Amino acid sequence: MHELSLVEGMMDIVRESASQNNIKRVTRVKMVIGELTMALPDSLQFAFSALSQDELFRGAELEIVQLSVICHCEECGNDFRPEDDYIFRCPGCGNGQVIISQGHELYLDSYEGDEASGPS
Amino acid sequence: MVQVNLQTNILGANELIARKNRVSFKSQGILVINLMSSPGSGKTTILERTIERLGEQVKIAVIEGDLYTDRDAQRIEQKGVQVIQINTEGTCHLDAGMVTSAYEKIDKADLDLLFIENVGNLVCPAEFDLGEDFRVVVISTTEGNDKIPKYPLIFHEAKAVLVNKVDLLPYTEFNLQECQEDLEKINPSAQVFPLSGRTGEGIEIWCEWLLGEVRAKGRNS
Repeated sequence: MHELSLVEGMMDIVRESASQNNIKRVTRVKMVIGELTMALPDSLQFAFSALSQDELFRGAELEIVQLSVICHCEECGNDFRPEDDYIFRCPGCGNGQVIISQGHELYLDSYEGDEASGPS
Repeated sequence: MVQVNLQTNILGANELIARKNRVSFKSQGILVINLMSSPGSGKTTILERTIERLGEQVKIAVIEGDLYTDRDAQRIEQKGVQVIQINTEGTCHLDAGMVTSAYEKIDKADLDLLFIENVGNLVCPAEFDLGEDFRVVVISTTEGNDKIPKYPLIFHEAKAVLVNKVDLLPYTEFNLQECQEDLEKINPSAQVFPLSGRTGEGIEIWCEWLLGEVRAKGRNS
């Protein structure tokens, strides 16, 4: 459900950057999402295709990189992947004070586009 | 063809506004709680009971997030506290900007505690920082035990979890011990309060804890 707002927010950032960089057409956008955000790639793609109808984005592709959850144990320093049911507890020493070091990501990595020809 | 590397947080705009909200809440010494749950788990009823119990000691206001209606806001208003309604018009979560506008309309004089009742949803609201001091998540016994492992993020980030509708435990498959064990795995530092908004069971213990949090915030600002 929140995919639409995420894609809208992402496109606003690209739009602003494109105008600063004199880019008239965006061909590819790469975003990174962590597993814990529960953002669904299909819904993101759908939102992107629905919203990318203007001149800047028409025909652009969305690349989505998904990152799984990795935890870091504050007690013994172990890095581990929690099991299927998200047990945020160190399998090495059993400590529950763990930091989720990967899985929260929600960022726009980069985009590609064509510059406007001639002076802008 | 040019490639532009941005590495920019997509929710950066929201987080900036949330930080500003946090600064204004702190300057007024108001404890702000983001209250979240799935639809129908009993957030509004718990708020009613909490206001009845604490309303004389603590000055409370509520920001009510709702998709289209003001039904929840009307219920809270009847308890004699200030309510500001936000209709999200279909958006499934509150964002920091909506809270900024609602907060501007609140009379802050002597206010101790502000509840932000989020839209009923366990997925999207978890992503949006509103500037709150902490999050409280409600889960009810009629929803079943699997909500916690299914939506780990929202439970991982809660300071307190209210397990509502314990009066219905004999009529459901819900296992309170399993629920506490699941929370222990996902968020060992969460405070867990089994309670019933309908019968009032457990409300006292939750409210005492809450009162301690309100006083701690008042002292520290």
